[in-house]
Amino acid sequence: MRLTGSELLLRVYLGVFFVYLFAPLVIMSAATFNTSRFPTVAPWMGATLQWFQALWADEQMWRALANSVVAGLAVIVVSVPIGVAAAMLLDGLSKRAKSFLYAVMVSPLLTPGVIIGISTLIFWERLGVKGGLHLAVIGQSSFIIAYVMLMVLARLQRFDRSLEEAALDLGATHLQAFRRVLLPHLMPAIFSSAVLAFFQSFENYNTTLFTRGTDVTLTIFLASKVRTGLTPAVNALGLVLIAFTIVGAIAYEVLRRREAARAAAARRAAEQAESLGEPALQGA
Amino acid sequence: MAELFRRYGTTLTLAMAAATFVWVVMMVVLPYFVMVEYSFHRNLTVSELGGPKDVYTLENYASLFRGTDLSAFEFSDDFRVFMRTIWGSAAVTLVCLLVCYPVAYYLAKIAPPERAAFLLVLLVIPFWINEILRTFAWFILLAYNGPLNVLLKAVGIIDAPVRWLSGSGGVIIGMTYAFLLFMMFPLYNAIETLDRNQVEAARDLGASTWKVHWRVVIPHAKPGVAVGCIMVFVLAASSYIVPYLLGSPGTRWFTQTIYEWFFEASDWPRGSAYAFILLGLCVAFIMVMMKLFKVGLTDIAK
Repeated sequence: MRLTGSELLLRVYLGVFFVYLFAPLVIMSAATFNTSRFPTVAPWMGATLQWFQALWADEQMWRALANSVVAGLAVIVVSVPIGVAAAMLLDGLSKRAKSFLYAVMVSPLLTPGVIIGISTLIFWERLGVKGGLHLAVIGQSSFIIAYVMLMVLARLQRFDRSLEEAALDLGATHLQAFRRVLLPHLMPAIFSSAVLAFFQSFENYNTTLFTRGTDVTLTIFLASKVRTGLTPAVNALGLVLIAFTIVGAIAYEVLRRREAARAAAARRAAEQAESLGEPALQGA
Repeated sequence: MAELFRRYGTTLTLAMAAATFVWVVMMVVLPYFVMVEYSFHRNLTVSELGGPKDVYTLENYASLFRGTDLSAFEFSDDFRVFMRTIWGSAAVTLVCLLVCYPVAYYLAKIAPPERAAFLLVLLVIPFWINEILRTFAWFILLAYNGPLNVLLKAVGIIDAPVRWLSGSGGVIIGMTYAFLLFMMFPLYNAIETLDRNQVEAARDLGASTWKVHWRVVIPHAKPGVAVGCIMVFVLAASSYIVPYLLGSPGTRWFTQTIYEWFFEASDWPRGSAYAFILLGLCVAFIMVMMKLFKVGLTDIAK
C-alpha cells in the first residue's frame, strides 16, 4: 500500500505530536539521575541516586506530604456523605426543582479554582475562621462534592425501586431499607468517588493556594521548591508522583472496566431472559 | 418533597436536606455572594469600620482602568496584565485547536479501531499527571542551558541559546502543553459521531481535502470545538501555576495580580473585585462561544 502525500504528512505530524507529549516528562524523569546540581540531561555528569536520598531526608517534604494525606482523607469524610445525600435528594425531586438545583450543584465544576479559593477564604474570614488546612479542605470539598454527587446519581438511576418497596412492605424501617438495600447498591460508586475525591484533593493547587493560610501541602511545596531551591530532588519527587499516578490510574481503570463488564453481563442476562419466548430474532 | 418523605422517612429526608443545605448554601452560594459584596467595600482598618468611610463604592472596579489613556495608548499596570491574560489565553486556545485537530481527526476517522484505542490510552497518561509536574517539565526543557537550547544548537538551527522563559512565549508553550487534552477529547468525541459516508460523498462529488474539512467535518464538529475552546480558555485565564513557573516579572498573569492584592498588599476588597472581573471574563467568553457556534448549555454539559 502506498501512502499519498497528505497521509504521509499526517503520519509524520502524529509522530512529532506523541514525541512532544512524552519527551518533556521523560527528560524530567531522566534528570533525576544526573549528578548535576541543576536538573537537566545535557550535559550528563554521571548517574546517581543521591537525589532520592536528598528527597528522603527532606523533613519539609514529609510534613507537606502528611498535610496532603490528612487533607485528602478529610475531603473524603466531608464529600462522600454530602455527595450521596445530595444525589438522593436530587433523584427524588420533581423535574423543575431538579434542573435548577442541578445547575447550582454543578456550577463549582465550571468555576475557576482560584475563585472558589477566594470566595471560601472571604466567607469564612467573615465568620472569624482564618486560613489553614481546614479551610483548604472546605474549599476543595465545595467542588469535589459535585463529582461525588454525579457519580452516585448515575448509579442511583440504575437502582430497582421495587427492591426498596419490598423491604418496606416486609416491615423494614426506612433506615433499615436504606442501610440494607440502597446503600449496598451504591457501594461501588461510593468507593470509586472516594478514590477520586482523594486524588482531586491531593493534586489540587489553585483552591489550596488561597485557603491554606501558612500550611503547606505537597503541591504547594513542589511549586515553591521549583522557584526557590531547585535541585534534582524535586525531579525525584516528580518521578515518584508520576509512578504512583500511573499505577493508580491503571488500578482505577481495571476496577472501572470490571464493574462495567459486570453491569453489561447482568444486562445481557436480563435481556436473554426476556427474549426467551421469541428466539432468533436478533441473530446477527 | 412529599415523595422523598414517603420513600425515605422523616429522619433520613431531613438529614439529606441538611447535608445538601450545608453544601449548596454554605459552601457554594453564600461564599459567592459574600465575595461580590466584599468587592464593593473600601479597604479599611478595624477602627474605620462602621465609620463615615464605610460605604459601598465602585472604586475597586474603577482602579483596574485608572491611569488608562486610550488616546495616548497608556495603560495602568493591572490593566496591562488583564489584557495580556485575555490575548494570551486566546492564543493558547487557538494553538491548542490547531495542534489537536489533525490528531483528533486521525483518531476518530482514519486510525483502525485497535490503534485508535491504544493511542487514546497513551493520550490519557500525561493527562493524569499533575499540572505542576507537566509545567515543571517545560521549566527544565526551556532553561537557558537546558536540553532544548542544546539540541537546537547542535542541529544548527540557532547560534546562541534562546531565553525562552523571559517573554510570554514560555507561558504560552507551557499552557498549550498543560491544557491540550481538554481540547483533544471534546474534538475527538464530536468528530467521532460524523458518518464516514458523508466524507466519502463529499469526496466523490469532487471536493478537495481542504473543502471536505471546511464544509463537512468542521461544521459537524462545532459543538466539540466550542466546548474545547471554552475549557482551554477558562483554564488558561485562571491558571496560576504556569505563569508562576514559566513567566518572569514582565509577563505576570491576572491571577498573580489578584494573589498580590490579597497576600502582599492585603487589599482584600480589591482582590475580590479583580476575582469577580476574572469570573466575568470567563462567563463572557462562554457566552460569546455559545453564540458564535450556536450551541446550548446542554451541549456543553455532555
